[in-house]
Amino acid sequence: MAEAHPVGFQWVMEAKKRGAKVFHVDPRFTRTSALADTYLPIRAGTDIALLGGVVRYILDNELDFREYVLAYTNAATIVSEKFADTEDLDGLFSGYNPETGSYDHASWQYEGQEGNTTVRGTGKERDSASGLEHESHGEPVPAQTRRDETLRHPRCVYQILKRHFARYTPEMVARVCGIPEEKFLELARAWTENSGRERTGALVYSVGWTQHSVGVQYIRTGSIIQTLLGNMGRPGGGILALRGHASIQGSTDIPTLFNLLPGYLPMPHHADHPTFDKWVDSIRHPGQKGFWGNSRAFAASLLKAYWGDAATPENDFGYGWLPRMTGDHGTYQQVLNMIDGKVKGYFLLGQNPAVGSAHGRAQRLGMANLDWLVVRDLFLIESATFWKNSPEIATGEIVPEECRTEVFFLPAASHVEKEGTFTQTQRMLQWREKAVNPPGDARSELWFFYHLGRVLREKLAASTKPRDRALLDLAWDYPTHGAHAEPSAEAVLREINGFDVATGRPLNAFAEAKDDGSTAIGCWIYTGVYADGVNQAARRKSRHEQDWVAAEWGWAWPANRRTLYNRASADPEGRPWSERKKYVWWDPDAGEWTGYDVPDFEKTKPPSYRPPEDASGPAALAGDDPFVMQGDGKAWLYAPSGVLDGPMPTHYEPAESPMRNPLYGQQANPTRKIYEHPINRINPSPPEPHSEVFPYVFTVSRLTEHHTAGGMSRTVPRLAELQPEMFVEVSPELAAEVGLAHLGWAHLISGRAVIEARVLVTDRLTPLRVDGRIIHQVWLPYHFGSEGLVTGDSANDLFGITLDPNVLIQESKVGTCDIRSGRRPTGPALLDLVGDYQRRAGMPPDRKVPIVTTDVLGGENAAGSTDEQTPEAAARDGEDHA
Amino acid sequence: MGLKTFIQGWPVYRQLTGTDPLGRGAAAQSARSAELTARTETADGVARSVCPYCAVGCGQRVFHKDGRVTQIEGDPDSPISRGRLCPKGSASKSLVTSPLRQTKVRYRRPYATEWEDLDLDVALDMIADRILAARDETWEDVDDEGRPLNRTLGISSLGGATLDNEENYLIKKLFTAMGALQIENQARI
Ligand code: SF4
Repeated sequence: MAEAHPVGFQWVMEAKKRGAKVFHVDPRFTRTSALADTYLPIRAGTDIALLGGVVRYILDNELDFREYVLAYTNAATIVSEKFADTEDLDGLFSGYNPETGSYDHASWQYEGQEGNTTVRGTGKERDSASGLEHESHGEPVPAQTRRDETLRHPRCVYQILKRHFARYTPEMVARVCGIPEEKFLELARAWTENSGRERTGALVYSVGWTQHSVGVQYIRTGSIIQTLLGNMGRPGGGILALRGHASIQGSTDIPTLFNLLPGYLPMPHHADHPTFDKWVDSIRHPGQKGFWGNSRAFAASLLKAYWGDAATPENDFGYGWLPRMTGDHGTYQQVLNMIDGKVKGYFLLGQNPAVGSAHGRAQRLGMANLDWLVVRDLFLIESATFWKNSPEIATGEIVPEECRTEVFFLPAASHVEKEGTFTQTQRMLQWREKAVNPPGDARSELWFFYHLGRVLREKLAASTKPRDRALLDLAWDYPTHGAHAEPSAEAVLREINGFDVATGRPLNAFAEAKDDGSTAIGCWIYTGVYADGVNQAARRKSRHEQDWVAAEWGWAWPANRRTLYNRASADPEGRPWSERKKYVWWDPDAGEWTGYDVPDFEKTKPPSYRPPEDASGPAALAGDDPFVMQGDGKAWLYAPSGVLDGPMPTHYEPAESPMRNPLYGQQANPTRKIYEHPINRINPSPPEPHSEVFPYVFTVSRLTEHHTAGGMSRTVPRLAELQPEMFVEVSPELAAEVGLAHLGWAHLISGRAVIEARVLVTDRLTPLRVDGRIIHQVWLPYHFGSEGLVTGDSANDLFGITLDPNVLIQESKVGTCDIRSGRRPTGPALLDLVGDYQRRAGMPPDRKVPIVTTDVLGGENAAGSTDEQTPEAAARDGEDHA
Repeated sequence: MGLKTFIQGWPVYRQLTGTDPLGRGAAAQSARSAELTARTETADGVARSVCPYCAVGCGQRVFHKDGRVTQIEGDPDSPISRGRLCPKGSASKSLVTSPLRQTKVRYRRPYATEWEDLDLDVALDMIADRILAARDETWEDVDDEGRPLNRTLGISSLGGATLDNEENYLIKKLFTAMGALQIENQARI
């Protein structure tokens, strides 16, 4: 955090000054470690084993915040007797289908609810990344479940969790992660001692956590700990994701993602969402508790914002015009399709995949096989110049005279040359004022897309084709100003906020959304950012003039709430858990919720409220159900559905590992998304032979002085000067083993690429003793490429493409490699070297990566599966992979 | 120069006799530095902005004069950053004023070995034509069972995460209306 989010780290230091204990877990000793109380080195890719150890420590010693756990979580709920755990099935849960590499969730359900889930082990949810959607919507769960408030029933969530993590002992943590037992116990003790009624503990992770084949389950394990300890929804608690880009949170909320529409509404699927009603019901789950119950209004209002007058109740607000998903359309699938010649044109908008995405060579070869490419950026980045200056030019794989891709480079406006909002990592929108005009041809994306739309519509004006109606009927009349006819960002923000169609009055809250076409809302979770017709994101009341919550600086979604689920900061009766940790509470005299923050609860619903039997939506939430977006109002220690790779986190080895999984026969995540494509060779891991060809673990991260793919930092003289060269950090022990000299050169080889780097021998890296052997890890910054003031080979070239099944994010924080002294070969000799390694490691182009590595299935299909896959689902799945 | 003025010119004299015993302020000031004016004082205006690098969201004050950025400083009012910027945030003036920035459209013809110039309007028009052609070539109305698809898989997009919310909104709206489904972002990466 001190390295990559330095100014945010000042708050950790403030907390430390006031007595907080700071623990830092990282494969490499960094500036954060230097300032922490305790540093724990860890083998990359083993966080679930470490956190699972903490869960076990809590449960074994009964250190959970019992009142909180009983009232606000599903700990007491009884799970189906059909459920079988990884402890019974050697690393698989019940319901696994080896044909599709995915789970049928029926046996994971609560008792008596086995028919409740729609997830049937076809892999469809994985391909459409709908794990991300479940993350926010929750799968349907019944409001009424069988519970055992004593937590003794062998099938209650509490006991299941306890058995699941029973083997994650301090010895096992040491064996898997390489963390000494006493360091682990120090962490577990401090975490539990600093949680409870009087104290709260925070978990801060950097989003490298998401870049694993089990990334979502890392975060799930953190959530289980924080929920057991009562740290959610309370001040000083929570799970804080340190996201890496100025508005990456905004890019998820108002997604430019294939599977989502604004406000986490799913993009329709051709088979599941044939009609508007079916689509909406798949989001709101009729009869379900919670605020998604209103999603018909959010969906109708979005379509109304898209198609204005042309969106009517009679035509389902234009639902028929939305493009439909049939499977995986994510960025990595796209790149492989480019290599296979299926994609014509590609837009890169302030993004540099030639350096920043996994498997750089695949990225560049994809770009070299397009009809046209549009790059919009401040500088001529590697993704704009791949056809004349890339590693593949040297190897002869790209020859400019033979490369047909037509490239348009359009200069972009910088952050001071346009106005608009960024959403920072805590969901806070901050409006930026414009300082100066952009130079020359430089323009904002707002300008480019507004005018592109205008030109497209002009060209199609005479068209009678049905496919063009969606463009021609689009609400696209934004006011413009200035010499370049810049569209008004405020007008767009007003549309995002939403308005009353008849009067144009901006809406104040998403509760005003209507499903009859009388409101238009571009992104319902942002409603309120233009409340009272005022740009709330532009508020800049000095921190000196307000309290510590600083509610009048910017605007946070939803409803300017700074801490989510803050109803949980009060006990079931609505009283603060303690005076010290007072945040939001029920004021019986005023008959409303009050406190330092905007209460995350219906303002006048008393703690004693109990819903009538037949209630649904928000009205079905009881006065002590704080987790208002969940289908049962509870925090989930066990996820009966919605997380595709299991109801509980399980330690799997990374897709590439030098080690056998010490916990289970199942080596790696059995549901991970793999791409069997000749370009995507994955290094072998045990129990396969030849893993010793790539004996070392490598991991990558950021330098303070550079930013992601370097397009905004290797181009800046001061930053380039501070970190002028690509390097690799190795421990003194590894340097001695391989014969690497400090400040000399080394090259690293994976099944995809060879890169070179200067050697930095440092005890920031330490060999780890794991499972009776020594594992060496090396670390690389991933910022370098062939353009800019300072250049170097790209670390991301080393990675293959394997994705987390829930969100389709790539495993790019851990892989295996070899390292050798000296510079790499150049030209065709470089390909020969990779080829040589591929031969030695047994990696032919058509190699099948083994997914199931336990014999627990014994040749049987779908261990413990309760339902056969329907022929229709099987057919659909086959087509999804097309 | 009289003796008195000469002696008073010594920083150590001022340090011992003045209000700055540690010699870190007025006592250390030279005649030259006394004459300097901060760029922030002569600016035409200051825009309240936000750092474009990581997601902490540090407040920035962007000073400008004659249509050029003259200084970028941390915003002391910000409850997030309290006026601080890290090395990247502090370098953002160099970023926006960099002479390496491209300010002209560049165009590379198929099979060409060099860039060419192109007018922005022409580029926009050419891109629009290519979108429509790619869309026509790859359009899918319905699937095998006649269910609507309304899409093209012939167009892809990958956006960075320094785009404004308003920009992402228009990007998604326009691409969705043209049936382009393969719209992705750094948020996937
Ligand atoms: S100044 Fe540094 S810490 Fe602050 S937002 Fe910018 S990059 Fe992040």
